[in-house]
Amino acid sequence: MSPDPAIPLLDVADLDVYLGASHVLQGVSLRLPAGPLSIIGRNGMGKTTLCQAIMGLVPTRSGRVALAGRELTGQRPVRIARAGIGYVPQGRRVFPSLSVHEHLVLTAPRGREAERAAWTIERVYDTFPRLAERRGNGGAQLSGGEQQMLAIARALLLNPTLLVMDEPTEGLAPVIVDHVVELLHTINREGVGLLLVEQNFLVATSVAARVLVMVNGRIALETSADEITRNEDMQRRYLGVSAH
Amino acid sequence: MIDLLAGFNGRLFLTVTLNGLTLAALYFIVASGFSLIFGLMRVVNMAHGSLYLLGGYVGYEVSVLSGSWLLALVAGAGAAALAGALLQKGIFGWMQGQDLRQTLAAIGVSIVLADLMLAQWGGTAYQLDLPAIFRSFVPLPVVNRYPMPRLMLIGLAVLIGIGLWAMLNRTRLGLLIRAGVDDRRMLEALGVDVPKVFLGVFAIGAGLAGLAGVIGGSVLSISPGEDARYLLSSLIVVIVGGMGSLSGAAIGALLVALAETYGLAYTPTYGVVYTFVIMVAVLAVRPQGLMGRPA
Repeated sequence: MSPDPAIPLLDVADLDVYLGASHVLQGVSLRLPAGPLSIIGRNGMGKTTLCQAIMGLVPTRSGRVALAGRELTGQRPVRIARAGIGYVPQGRRVFPSLSVHEHLVLTAPRGREAERAAWTIERVYDTFPRLAERRGNGGAQLSGGEQQMLAIARALLLNPTLLVMDEPTEGLAPVIVDHVVELLHTINREGVGLLLVEQNFLVATSVAARVLVMVNGRIALETSADEITRNEDMQRRYLGVSAH
Repeated sequence: MIDLLAGFNGRLFLTVTLNGLTLAALYFIVASGFSLIFGLMRVVNMAHGSLYLLGGYVGYEVSVLSGSWLLALVAGAGAAALAGALLQKGIFGWMQGQDLRQTLAAIGVSIVLADLMLAQWGGTAYQLDLPAIFRSFVPLPVVNRYPMPRLMLIGLAVLIGIGLWAMLNRTRLGLLIRAGVDDRRMLEALGVDVPKVFLGVFAIGAGLAGLAGVIGGSVLSISPGEDARYLLSSLIVVIVGGMGSLSGAAIGALLVALAETYGLAYTPTYGVVYTFVIMVAVLAVRPQGLMGRPA
């Protein structure tokens, strides 16, 4: 399947999500042609809900989600994952009862698929030597950084066309953050699409050239990473903080 | 002190202990299936006792027809597994995530099943015939001799425990079950068809109830009302041991059955109270159960 440039990898249009009585996503539209896209915004602006809505984990009231032209609106999460979206959730959500190796076995391609898959368990262990060292350890015994690597590796083994990552650097030590950023660059080079939701402004702008800012359940601004990095006034207005 | 020791009846004590262990074995087999379903699917399957009784009755019929106890065991477990899968597919599966509704529906199912079975098999107690080699007594020190079927029950429970452990830790289904107990939604978001796993788990859990029904019907007996009794014991075992935990089910079954048997033997008046004392104590100190993880 050669990607048609006219069809974006991810197409979200007029998405409305209510959680109880609150209107959390208010007509969110975004197009991810290919390559990485970062979404930034303060806490409680609806970024995590957007990820969950794309994954089918929260019901959508109206609007649509399509992956490479394939309609995913209203599908169950299992269908959406199998359609090619790898999900790295906020808080990592590794399984405490499963060892590192079992996490990988869970999502690794099996049988004939394994032969032509880009990501296999061997490749994960090559890419993340730390996981190979800890292959017998339980998910709950890992450090935050190791859990994050495991959550990313687990999603990569689905061999997705798009990775949806919700705050992958949250709560990590700076040196580990650098490692994750490096990894995201690697994933980009592989041609896997990336929707990155981040609070960490520097991470968001260094991984993706295009940046969306979410405010109160809407996409308030679409700009380039360079522009928002230079424009401190823009940062103050939309994020309430300055990176400098 | 000397008087107390002199009054201590070692033979009675050992007999009661063995009785407690055999009851624990039966409780474990019933409750392990209940715990599996409860832990993964958050379904409090209030029809679990009915599946126990159904397995026992079907096993009885098959043993009368075929004369084979082993066939009865397979048929009882199979019938309950099939009934469980049908319940999940036809009723509980439509209410996924609505725990209260599922629980209430399960209570309804248990009432209907109890009446249907009463209409079919009446109010009398049935007992299955065990193969001849099991109908014997085993010579033991202190207690002199002890019925073979009861010892066999302990052996079966250990075998089932090992089998379940292997299933949970060595098979792909077990991997999916453990991941599902941890975080069901995340598992779905990783492309696992969780409802399919649920169906398998429900069949296994119900099958264990049916298996226990045949075994209980052979070592003890089956009659109306047993469904409620084993449902209650399963509930307490899972609350004490922690839901979804195999070792929890084993520890819970041991505690509950021993407390019940010692209580009835030594302080008959308060016999039933002890299991609830254990339950209250566990709930006060470790609400998630002895081997359970916080939700």
